Amino acid sequence: MKILVAVKQVAALDEDFEIRADGRDVDADFLIRDLNEWDDFSLEEAVKIKEAAGGGAAGEAVEVVAVSVGPDEVDESLRKCLAKGADRAIRVWDSAIEGSDAIAIARILAAVAKREAPDLVFAGVQSSDQAFASTGIAAAAFLGWPHAAVVSSLDYSPGAQSAVFRRELEGGLLHEMQIQCPAVLTIQLGINTPRYASLRSIKQAAAKPIEILSLGDLALGNADVGEAGSLSRVRRMYIPDKGRAALIEGDAAEQAARLAEIIREYQGAAA
Amino acid sequence: MSGVLVIAEQRRGELRPASLELVTAAQNLRLAGDEVAIAIVSDAPERFHSALCVAGVDEIVNVKVGPAEFDPDTFESALGALIAERRPGVVLIAHSVDSFGFAAALAARLGLGFATDVFKAERIEGQLVATRGGYGQKVSVEVDFPGRSTVLLAIRGSVFKAPDLPASPRVSAFDAPPAMSRSAGREFIELAAGDDVDMTAAEFILTIGRGIGEEAKIAQFRDLADAVGATLGCSRPIADAGWLPKSRQVGQSGKTASACKLYLAMGVSGAIQHLAGMKHVSTIVAVNSDAEASIFGVAKYGIVGDIFEIADELRRLF
Repeated sequence: MKILVAVKQVAALDEDFEIRADGRDVDADFLIRDLNEWDDFSLEEAVKIKEAAGGGAAGEAVEVVAVSVGPDEVDESLRKCLAKGADRAIRVWDSAIEGSDAIAIARILAAVAKREAPDLVFAGVQSSDQAFASTGIAAAAFLGWPHAAVVSSLDYSPGAQSAVFRRELEGGLLHEMQIQCPAVLTIQLGINTPRYASLRSIKQAAAKPIEILSLGDLALGNADVGEAGSLSRVRRMYIPDKGRAALIEGDAAEQAARLAEIIREYQGAAA
Repeated sequence: MSGVLVIAEQRRGELRPASLELVTAAQNLRLAGDEVAIAIVSDAPERFHSALCVAGVDEIVNVKVGPAEFDPDTFESALGALIAERRPGVVLIAHSVDSFGFAAALAARLGLGFATDVFKAERIEGQLVATRGGYGQKVSVEVDFPGRSTVLLAIRGSVFKAPDLPASPRVSAFDAPPAMSRSAGREFIELAAGDDVDMTAAEFILTIGRGIGEEAKIAQFRDLADAVGATLGCSRPIADAGWLPKSRQVGQSGKTASACKLYLAMGVSGAIQHLAGMKHVSTIVAVNSDAEASIFGVAKYGIVGDIFEIADELRRLF
């Protein structure tokens, strides 16, 4: 039994970032990369299922495979997944993938899922950088699999034909549903408490192999990825004019005194 | 390939408020002669009729399906068939938990132009251009859809104002082909209250976020909230960590600060999901050590500084 966990290396912006010369992205020199926050939770959920199953005579062994699409530097995020309990990692890259939107990335992930034939695919609800909230569910469409988004709790026994889960809706409401497996689930923050990798597991992860796949390995061509395989195209990226708060200056005591005034103004108006 | 199709959202017999905001968003996407149709998918679509009779809607399309509540296969199948038959130029849907569950699949399957969390949509020289945030909302990103005759846009909530004038649109029915649904709803569960607080009724909220760093610091802010007469709230990481009950979380998946007049955010960076629950408040004061934090973009007053120091100083004054 196998769980495929799709992860993304996201980028945060350096303080004084600049837009690239073509105006369509941020200059890569200003990007600070890390594993997507949501993916920590989906990986943990898979590892929890694996640990609960044990793998001895009592139950079926569960294999957790992390997959990501991106260039060499993404290995760093995959190593993090290996250190936190993934058994294997796969990275897909080809320069033709540059410029892909979430849908083209989903097509690649679906091809990996076909090759790996997992029982479940997990993805984060969204990424902390671009927040498309699309990749996992689009991958399900390419696979033709059942799918559910924003899963905040999951009850699944390895090898079962279905899973019961709760979707986290707006305004503090949950929706309990049942879904046939194999399925693609997008995992919400807070579904579990992700572990920290121990020094020992980080060392062990460094020795585990990361399998590198090309488009050809997945029977995909250049037309399936990049702008040709995407449903949208970035036209322009720019720094918006933001409304800015009026800054309260001074030392902490002075700032607090002004804040106290604002609170008393409110209390006066409310009284 | 003409017309704008708006997908309404309903849950437990109520039209979701974002549905009508889409009608407003639809207006400036119309090409000459385009109409705006709003589709309602339900086991009893007629029951939403009066709620959908608003200015800007030319036609209500009743899409009758089997299940009473959302499941992704039923919605994807019914709306896929509707889009294939009507071939609208633009389809608008709310960027919501329900649409997260099927919109990307619909777009991928039908090859629709597609963008999510769109806060601005316009025609530039006739071409549809959608604007969304990137890199944690630090930049704005314009996207277009070359070669796509139908474009599906998931629109961010609370950006467009729902029309308030009534209208009398015509009504049609669409027979959705039967769908084999592979998932099914069982029940809705209201999150346990946790404590007795009602964030939606609180008029003065002191919210703490990730910036407080550790659980031991909660007590200091609880004491401060009591001293100044505020209700203590939190952003998602604090509730997820279990440091405060979920009932105190403000934001999209938590509570909306509906009655709030003064909102003091300490150590809250201002993720878009948090802003969704509070950015409407008339007086927002943000205290954060990061001068670039998004919360300063919606706050009226800002203090760039150490939240613990400010909290200590403020406590002395009450």
